[in-house]
Amino acid sequence: MPEGQFCNKTPVTTEEALKALLGDKGGKQYYEEMSRLDVDAEKLWASLQKTCKSRTLTWLEICAHCGMCAESCFLYRVNERDPEQVPAFKIQSTLGEMIRRKGQVDNAFMRRAMEYAWARCTCCNRCGQFCPHGIDMGVMFSYLRGLLYSQGFVPWELKIGAGMHRVYKAQMDVTSEDWVETCEWMAEEQQEEWPGLEIPVDRANADIMYTLNAREPKHYPEDVAQAAILFHLAGENWTVPSTGWEQTSLSMFAGDWEACKGNVQEVYAAIERMKPKRVIGTECGHAHRATVIEGPYWVGRPDGKPPVEYIHYVEWLAETLRAGKIRIDPAKKIRENVTLQDSCNYVRNHGLSNFTREIMSYIVEDGYFVEMTPNRECNYCCGGGGGFNGIGLFRHQRNVALRTKRDQLLATGATLVVAPCHNCWDAIRDLEEEYRIGIRWTFLKPLIISMAIVPDHLQPQDNDEEDAE
Amino acid sequence: MLYTFLTGPGLIISLIVFFGGLAYRLAMYFKGLDWRLERVAYKPYLAEGMKGGLHSAYKWLIPYGTYGWRAQPFFTLCFFLFHTGAVLVPVFLIGHNVILQERFGFSFPSMSQVPADILAVATVIGAILIVLRRIALAEVRILTTTYDYCILALATLPFITGIIARLHIGSYEFWLICHILAGELMLILTPFTKLSHIALYFASRWQLGADYGIKRGGHRRGPCFPW
Repeated sequence: MPEGQFCNKTPVTTEEALKALLGDKGGKQYYEEMSRLDVDAEKLWASLQKTCKSRTLTWLEICAHCGMCAESCFLYRVNERDPEQVPAFKIQSTLGEMIRRKGQVDNAFMRRAMEYAWARCTCCNRCGQFCPHGIDMGVMFSYLRGLLYSQGFVPWELKIGAGMHRVYKAQMDVTSEDWVETCEWMAEEQQEEWPGLEIPVDRANADIMYTLNAREPKHYPEDVAQAAILFHLAGENWTVPSTGWEQTSLSMFAGDWEACKGNVQEVYAAIERMKPKRVIGTECGHAHRATVIEGPYWVGRPDGKPPVEYIHYVEWLAETLRAGKIRIDPAKKIRENVTLQDSCNYVRNHGLSNFTREIMSYIVEDGYFVEMTPNRECNYCCGGGGGFNGIGLFRHQRNVALRTKRDQLLATGATLVVAPCHNCWDAIRDLEEEYRIGIRWTFLKPLIISMAIVPDHLQPQDNDEEDAE
Repeated sequence: MLYTFLTGPGLIISLIVFFGGLAYRLAMYFKGLDWRLERVAYKPYLAEGMKGGLHSAYKWLIPYGTYGWRAQPFFTLCFFLFHTGAVLVPVFLIGHNVILQERFGFSFPSMSQVPADILAVATVIGAILIVLRRIALAEVRILTTTYDYCILALATLPFITGIIARLHIGSYEFWLICHILAGELMLILTPFTKLSHIALYFASRWQLGADYGIKRGGHRRGPCFPW
C-alpha cells in the first residue's frame, strides 16, 4: 500500500495533523497502515550511500562475531540470554542486512527492524564499551532509527513526539505563552514562603540561562518552582528564555534529525539573543545529550560545542554546594540507605559521574550511600531509555527490561534512589508500580530544598516578626 | 625452484599487497571519517582525540586490562593465546629473519627457538579454543558464519604447517612449501577480508576513543575513558 493517512513517510508539521494522529488512540489505525506501508528502496539505498561511511561500514565489516557484546547488554541478560538479543546479532540482522541487500528490503523487514531499533536497544552505548574493536552498536541503532523514521517505520508515540517538536518547539503542547504564564504563576505561588523569589523571563546578560523539559511546566510545574527556589537560595542572577527553553528531544529518540536540528537551533537562538554567561539544563539525561553533546553537530557547529558553556544541573549543584552558596543542614542529611542512578546520557556519554557523587557526599550522612553494582560508566540503563518508556506497543518488553534496575536496586538494600534524569526517574517509578520493591525515588531539587539552610534574609517576613515577639 | 620463487618474488608480492593493501584500507578509513556524520569534531580537538584514541587502542592490547576483558576471562585467555603468537612469531622468528636478511638486507631481532615454539603452539591452541567456543556458546553460535571459520583457518594454517615442518613430520620440504604458501596467501588476502582488522583495529579503536575524548566527556571524567 502507498502512504497511509497516519503512517507515512511525511513528518507531522501542522497542529491539525498532530491532533488527528493523537486522535488515533494507541495508534490502532497507524500500525494497521504500517503493516501495508511500502518501502522506498531506492531512497533508502541512496540515503545509505550518502550517510553510511567508513566508520560504520568498518564496524559492520570487522565485527569478529566474538559475542563479547552479549553480556554487556542488559536486554540480553534480562531476556534469559536469548541469542537474538546479542547486540552484534541485532545490528547485523537489521542495519547490516539492509546494507548487504543494498536497501532492497520489504515491509516485514522494516517492521522487524523497528522492533529491534526501539524495543531491543535503548542506545545506552554500553556494548561499545565492551567491544574489543570499539564497535558502538548504540550509535548504529540511533542511525538505523533515522533510516526507519524516514521510511515511516517509527512507533506511533515517537512520530507524535517528533511532531510536537516540529509544531510547538517542545515535546508537549506547551506554547511560549503557556510557558511564560507558568513561570509567573509559579513565582507568585512561592511569594509567601520565598518572598522576593523571581522567575525572570528574557533577562539579557544574566549569569545563568536555565533550560528544561516541557513536561515540567506541563505536568510538574512545582519542578520549575524548585529550580527557581534553588537559584534564589544560591543568589544567582538567572533567567529563562520565553522561547528556546525546551531542552529535550523526543525527535532524537524518533530519529527525526531535521526536527532535532530545529529544536537545538531554537535553544541556541535564545542563547545568542540573551547572551547569558552560561546555560544550565535541568535534571534530564537525554535533554543534555541532545542539546549539549549532539546538538552542536546537528546545527553544524564545527567546534562541536554550544554557543556558550552549557552544563548539566548536577554540575551546577555540585559547584554550588562546594562553594557553600547553598548550605546543607547537617541535621537533615539523609540517614537511610540511599543509592544513585547514573544516567547513560550524561555519565557514560559525558563523564559526569564525579559530580553526582560529590553531591551525594554533601547530602548523605557517612555510611548511608550505597553504590549500585555496576556503576558509573559501567552502569546499566534504567530500562526505559531511548524512548522505550513511552512506547505503548513495546510496553511488555519495557517492563521486562526494568527487571535489571529492579535487581540492581534490591542488591543495594537502599530504600531511596536519587535519579537526576527524567527517563530514569520514570523508569524507576514504573518499576516500583510493576514490581513493588518498596523503593522511593527522587530528583535532586526537592531533596536539596528539604535540607538546605535558609539564610535569615531569605526567610519570610512574618516568621521574623514571630521570632521578634 | 618453487622455494626460490616463493621466498623471492612471491614474498615481495605478498608483502606489497599486505602492506600496500592495509595502508590503503587505513587511508580510506580516515578519509571516510566525517565529523558531521559521526558528530565528532576531530580537527579542532586533535590532541584530545589522539590522547583518547591511543589510550583506547593501548588499553585493549593489555590482557585483562579492560572491564571488557575482565568480564570474559575465558575468551580473553583464548584471544591472547591466539593473538600473541600470531603477531610476534611471524615477525621475530629466526627463520623469517634469515630470509629477510638474505632478500632485503635487513632483519628484526630474533627470538630464540623455544619461546617461538611455545608461542606458535599457543596460537594453534588458542584457535582451537576459539572454534570450540564458537560451537559451544549460543550467543556466539548465532553470530558465526562459514566465513568466520575460513578467516580463522586462513590465519592459523601458516602456524599448523610451520609446526609440522619444524617437527620434521613427513617431508620437510613439502610442509615448508605449504607453510610459505599458507603464509603468503594470508598476507595477500588480509586487506580484502576481515583480517584487515590487523590495521583497522587501530583505526576503529582510535575512533571510539577519540569520540569519548573529544565529545563524550573528555577531560570531565579525568584523564581518559575508563575502558
